[in-house]
Amino acid sequence: MTSWSNALSSFKAGKNHDAETLTGNRGLMVDEPLIFELGEVGRCGVDLPEPDEVEDCLGGLTRDDEIGLPGLAEPQVVRHYTRLSQKNYGIDTGFYPLGSCTMKHNPRINEKIARLPGFAHLHPLQPEKTIQGALELLDTTAHWLKTITGMAAVAMSPAAGAHGELCGMMCIQAALEARGEKRARVLVPESAHGTNPATAAACGYKVESIPATADGRVDVAALKAKLDSDVAGIMLTNPNTCGLFESDIIEIAEAVHAIGGYFYCDGANFNAIMGKARPGDLGVDCMHINIHKTFSTPHGGGGPGAGPVVLSDALAPFAPLPWVVADENGFHLVERQGEHGAGEQAFGRLKAFHGQMGMFTRALAYMYSHGSDGLRQVSEDAVLNANYLASRLKDELTLSFEGPYMHECLFDDRFLKDTGVTTLDIAKALVDEGYHPMTMYFPLVVTGALLIEPTETETKGNLDDFAEVMLKMAKLAKSGEAAEWFADAPRHTPRRRMDEVNAARKPILRWQPDAE
Amino acid sequence: MRYLPLTAADREEMLKEIGVSSVDDLFKDIPEQARLKELVDLPTHMGEMEVDHRLSAMAARNTPASEVPSFLGAGAYRHHVPASVDHLIQRGEFLTAYTPYQPEVSQGTLQYLYEFQTQVSMITGMDVSNASMYDGSTGCVEAVMMANRISRRNKALLSGGLHPMYKEIVTTHGKSHGFESECAAVDFAGEEDLISQVSKELSCVVVQNPSTFGHLRDLRELAKVCQANKVLLIVVVTEVVSLGLVMSPGEMGADIVVAEGQSIGNPVNFGGPYVGLFATRKKYMRQMPGRLTGQSVDAEGKRGWVLTLSTREQHIRREKATSNICTNAGLCALAFSIHLSLLGEVGFKKLAKINHGRAVRLAKELNALDGVEVLNKTFFNEFTVKLSKPAATVVSTLADMDILAGVSASRLYPNEADAANLLLVAVTELNSDEDMNALISGLKEVLV
Amino acid sequence: MSTTKFSKEHEWIRVEADNIAVIGITDHAQELLGEIVYVEAPEVDADVAKEDSIAVVESVKAASDVFAPVSGTVIAVNEDLEDAPETVNESAEEDGWLFKIQLSDTSELDELMDKAAYDAFVAEEDDH
Repeated sequence: MTSWSNALSSFKAGKNHDAETLTGNRGLMVDEPLIFELGEVGRCGVDLPEPDEVEDCLGGLTRDDEIGLPGLAEPQVVRHYTRLSQKNYGIDTGFYPLGSCTMKHNPRINEKIARLPGFAHLHPLQPEKTIQGALELLDTTAHWLKTITGMAAVAMSPAAGAHGELCGMMCIQAALEARGEKRARVLVPESAHGTNPATAAACGYKVESIPATADGRVDVAALKAKLDSDVAGIMLTNPNTCGLFESDIIEIAEAVHAIGGYFYCDGANFNAIMGKARPGDLGVDCMHINIHKTFSTPHGGGGPGAGPVVLSDALAPFAPLPWVVADENGFHLVERQGEHGAGEQAFGRLKAFHGQMGMFTRALAYMYSHGSDGLRQVSEDAVLNANYLASRLKDELTLSFEGPYMHECLFDDRFLKDTGVTTLDIAKALVDEGYHPMTMYFPLVVTGALLIEPTETETKGNLDDFAEVMLKMAKLAKSGEAAEWFADAPRHTPRRRMDEVNAARKPILRWQPDAE
Repeated sequence: MRYLPLTAADREEMLKEIGVSSVDDLFKDIPEQARLKELVDLPTHMGEMEVDHRLSAMAARNTPASEVPSFLGAGAYRHHVPASVDHLIQRGEFLTAYTPYQPEVSQGTLQYLYEFQTQVSMITGMDVSNASMYDGSTGCVEAVMMANRISRRNKALLSGGLHPMYKEIVTTHGKSHGFESECAAVDFAGEEDLISQVSKELSCVVVQNPSTFGHLRDLRELAKVCQANKVLLIVVVTEVVSLGLVMSPGEMGADIVVAEGQSIGNPVNFGGPYVGLFATRKKYMRQMPGRLTGQSVDAEGKRGWVLTLSTREQHIRREKATSNICTNAGLCALAFSIHLSLLGEVGFKKLAKINHGRAVRLAKELNALDGVEVLNKTFFNEFTVKLSKPAATVVSTLADMDILAGVSASRLYPNEADAANLLLVAVTELNSDEDMNALISGLKEVLV
Repeated sequence: MSTTKFSKEHEWIRVEADNIAVIGITDHAQELLGEIVYVEAPEVDADVAKEDSIAVVESVKAASDVFAPVSGTVIAVNEDLEDAPETVNESAEEDGWLFKIQLSDTSELDELMDKAAYDAFVAEEDDH
């Protein structure tokens, strides 16, 4: 690798620009038009049989307009999407140190299991006796989730983490209603992920913010001062978004329970404590688990996910439908309150059918693969990797809080003071070096946050390589002469910095036939 | 362990660099009383061979709908997905990519989402669409909440033909979030009069077309009455293939269209993951929940795509967000888009025609049987039959004969006496003549 | 005579004839927000109370509530901002006005700061 000062001087000498090509393409990096620009009338990528000759039963509501969908043959479609994929970064292509996202390796056995016809081709409304294996899978996955978290029950239907948060808050609402109470407020730390206050507000609660202390944890005194019989509960992330374990968590849980409130835990950072501590032992009443984070199901460019919610004895009765129960006759789906003698107090339904089955098949394959010993090793290695990086980087970058850290470590932009370089610039320069940037500008409790979560599936060598780049980049920034170099990045990606201002001022959200 | 690359030597070196003697020192902030000393009570790790063996055995304890004659619908539909779709979505750069917050290295995801948004706008006949919701059912309640925000009213009118699970989700949210729903009586016959129930008190009317019982309605009159009262018309489509043959909700005057996209590109998967389609008029664009991809240019003036209008979303607006939603359906949206690209205009319309044709044929043959009466005058690929015996029993008996006859209405409407003998029958291009004959002879036997 | 007054939420207010007040965000505020992409305006004829959140100014990375510095009825919104939200950046205290309110209680103006007090307030905020 060139030293940091060489990189700067070669830029100044103007040697850093690629030569133009005739097409604008650059080797394997090809500019790919939209399917609407590639398609033609009369082409079709699927050979279909002829429809039956019948008199239609459409009641005169036949569609007779041109939809506008382009026609492409199969080779074109395959090439189009293959080329698109080449413009994407993925875990399979490189290190993804995104804090609170847990970008760990996505095992391929998971994909094989999810695609078994015995799972993939089950219709959700088949008679129970024909889907006992599916209910067994849901029940087994639920058992693993309950055991590893030390909780009494689990609601399996939420489709994603935020959906799980909604589920948790609605359980709390239902529990309070069952007690004949209506409380108005929910306490949320300043450092919380935006979904937390959004969820609480959606449920009609007034959100009150709890500040952090200088050591990066929730201010327990401030929290206790706000607790009274009008507080429905708190929403706490543990480990928190600063990468620290909330050491006073048991005290906090007790204080909340003492005023009759409930403790919602955001489980986004659960990767740090599997096999080391159980939320059930910490006083948690409900916690959503991001299956696509902790349990390795693929992020898929933004989804799908799954957000099952583990529940304490106090909240278990209110879990939404459907439930899966077992008796001497096998497994049963409880689709309405009281069916099979269960779910009488379920607060309702959050989603059609039974939940993200396709994500649970993958997750169970992952859980079986690791086992109780492997899952504990996952958390130990995740935490070890984060602390190792913190130690390697601490001299050049500014750590926001004192360790030890959990599975992620938080830096802020104090090390960039007076350099003219921002956290955003660092991220864009990293992209040129072949890395996806870390989480930036979150949490909001520090300025210019850089939140780094390596996960347990990286080698020590990968971490050392990344540390080397970050150290050189920090030194480059601090030279005070590199602001322009950074502001110009990235230079080598399929697209350079995008104009997000105009995209928001004059949104163009779809292709139009006359526009091109 | 095959997914954990650190060696014992690595760990030792790293602990030394950090300056602690054991990894447990890094967990010292966990209160002593909560620190686990033993492994949790679960099996220890398994090799891939054993994982495969165990889960394959579990899968074998199911009867896949793909291996027997199957006529199940009611919100999830089996269709043929071309082999290329599944290959393409498994490319590592699609499968293992994160949300495209760094557009420079996510143009693949962003471009396909832009194409997806365009395809959804086109098939629904609307101006704009978002980058997908979790599924049709959650999209439906998000549409109601969006209508509440826009109209500043608090009461939704839900059609008696709306999928009962979708309805349940709306009422569950309403109870928690503080809005009301008026539920019209269950519309078995497809004849409900919603127009007379429209008033200025309503934020929206939610209608499913085709309805749960399969009936097709012309919603244009209803749309006009809604507009006159400043009530938003939300149209729900649970079988998206119907949009290839039935007049689009946009053409009928819908303000918001919510659809379940699972039929295209995605297997039935025992209920999830699916893909929610969400489209609306241009003037309501900023009120849409979920992610939006927009076109822009980069620093060199080259066309590209970005996530846009993000300030509506939770990570910025926090308690004032349009929704708490963070994820979209990602890979399921990609599968939808690839399949629809393969079908194109010609293929999509033909597929819809095949589905309708198969259903018309089967309906005619079923109607000719003793003890079977088709209730629908109109339908797309799903219709309701009235049997001379309780449908749930018929379904169970036929299942023992390895025939998945359809969904008994009593499963969806356990409290409606009129539902007891009704069976919802869905037919797609996957149902062969043999399948249909098997169902017919099965019913003959059972209904004797 | 019209003097401009300022609120702690970085809004300016200028009263013109007939107790009609023109309101916008200050130049300092637009600088903090960055490039503005959208303004969500209040409804004309809406009655507002002092300190109600009645508008939202959005940049790419943030959305800022605009609070009513006084009570009254909204009688006009700046429709130019729909096509050109950048006007708020270019001329926050003139062409970039957001809305006009018919005042219901002129004494509320006394609770606001004059320019000198506002400048001092901003200087103090910056020091933290």
